[in-house]
Amino acid sequence: MSKFQHIHHAHCESGVISSMLTYHGFKISEPMVFGISNALNFAYIPFVKIGGMPLVAYRSLPKSIVKNIRKNLNIQMKMETFSSQKKGEDRLDELLNEGKIVGAQGSMYWLEYVPDELSFHFNAHNFLIYGKKEDKYLISDPVFAEAVKCSKKSLSKSRFSRGAMAPKGLLYYPTSVPKEIDLKPIIARNIKKLSKNMLKTPVPIAGLKGLRYLAKSILKLQAKDKKYAKLFLGNIIRMQEEIGTGGAGFRFMYASFLQEASELFNNDAVLNDASKMMLEVGDEYREFALVIAKAIKSKKDIDFQAISKMLRQIADNEAKVYKKLLEFKA
Amino acid sequence: MRLENVPQDDSSTYAKMKKTIYAKNSDGKMQGISSTGWEVEETVTRQALDDIEEHIKEAFLEVKNGKKSTLYFHMYKQKMDLTILSQATGFFKWTIKRDFDPKIFAKIKQSRLEEYCDVLGLEIDEIKELPSE
Repeated sequence: MSKFQHIHHAHCESGVISSMLTYHGFKISEPMVFGISNALNFAYIPFVKIGGMPLVAYRSLPKSIVKNIRKNLNIQMKMETFSSQKKGEDRLDELLNEGKIVGAQGSMYWLEYVPDELSFHFNAHNFLIYGKKEDKYLISDPVFAEAVKCSKKSLSKSRFSRGAMAPKGLLYYPTSVPKEIDLKPIIARNIKKLSKNMLKTPVPIAGLKGLRYLAKSILKLQAKDKKYAKLFLGNIIRMQEEIGTGGAGFRFMYASFLQEASELFNNDAVLNDASKMMLEVGDEYREFALVIAKAIKSKKDIDFQAISKMLRQIADNEAKVYKKLLEFKA
Repeated sequence: MRLENVPQDDSSTYAKMKKTIYAKNSDGKMQGISSTGWEVEETVTRQALDDIEEHIKEAFLEVKNGKKSTLYFHMYKQKMDLTILSQATGFFKWTIKRDFDPKIFAKIKQSRLEEYCDVLGLEIDEIKELPSE
């Protein structure tokens, strides 16, 4: 087996899987992992509050990338959680002694290598543990440029953090990875699934319906206290940009996936066009972020109408991408 | 977004770190590239951090003035709020609110205090104290 190499990715969960499978001899990019695990999405759930702000997410539920990759690539992946901290600590050392690299879930907040500016209570952060040297664990955290080290105390506190999405010490590692996998049918199936999902989610809080619902809620901010309105808008952009999305709420990463997919299908024109369209939609999200940042900084009244309209326009343009993708024939 | 347009704004909120952004190079091919920050992102992160800081300061004063227990301050200090603290401890929100009362908190059961210490990552003597600043 080759020596493990840390790679700096955009997102934690797709990054872990990309590094892990590449290490096991199946080279796969982060955007490809993201695309074939059907991770793109949008959700706006006003009744679930995080830090007093409604939940806004640009991807599927945490852990779904690991689970979908396991299912879609038919990889044997062990996922272990623990009833006690001691058991979880011992098992980690055991696996590392066997020479394994191990995926882990933990709270961002308790990891000592995360600077204060970036640390918040998020229990579904993912990283790889690839060894132990003296008293420190060697960690490949995909969203960090370099590999990092972490003490046992800090790592355990993170792995056994309590509350929503508690990791319960989760460790995961593949027991067998095929060297060759035909990605084409998996790509085709998941592109179709995603496009249908985004266009026709039955619930109003997810997919493009969710995006339009958020646009509507922005209009209602007019009646709210100005400080709250600004925090509400800022929260959208934090979820879109700050939370390791590779830019524009994962839309840039998905455009990259579509381009890679097009190449696999002999430069398929539909996929290539869709990739370009998604890239443009991503640019619109970035523009949307810029307008909001200006509104937050400005002392003038916020033009909620304009901001809401912008988001509706994005939803319309993103819908065109999925409609285009439904034209794709493998 | 094109590679050359990926912002490199040295954002303070990146704390000298870098993030990977996906962008298109001059051949039209997409790739990951490191970014040192984006002013727009810095604005919204700073806004959230300032909001937390404000909560901590307000809580500090309320505890100092004897209106709230030290638990109230430490909750904010550890970047938590009532929802997160309730989810982490498994205690109902209304029971935690009671513990924000200095008189009730002074007589808190040891086991309950230990639970708070565990999720807040504090020692027993720390949770009962307010830092000097």
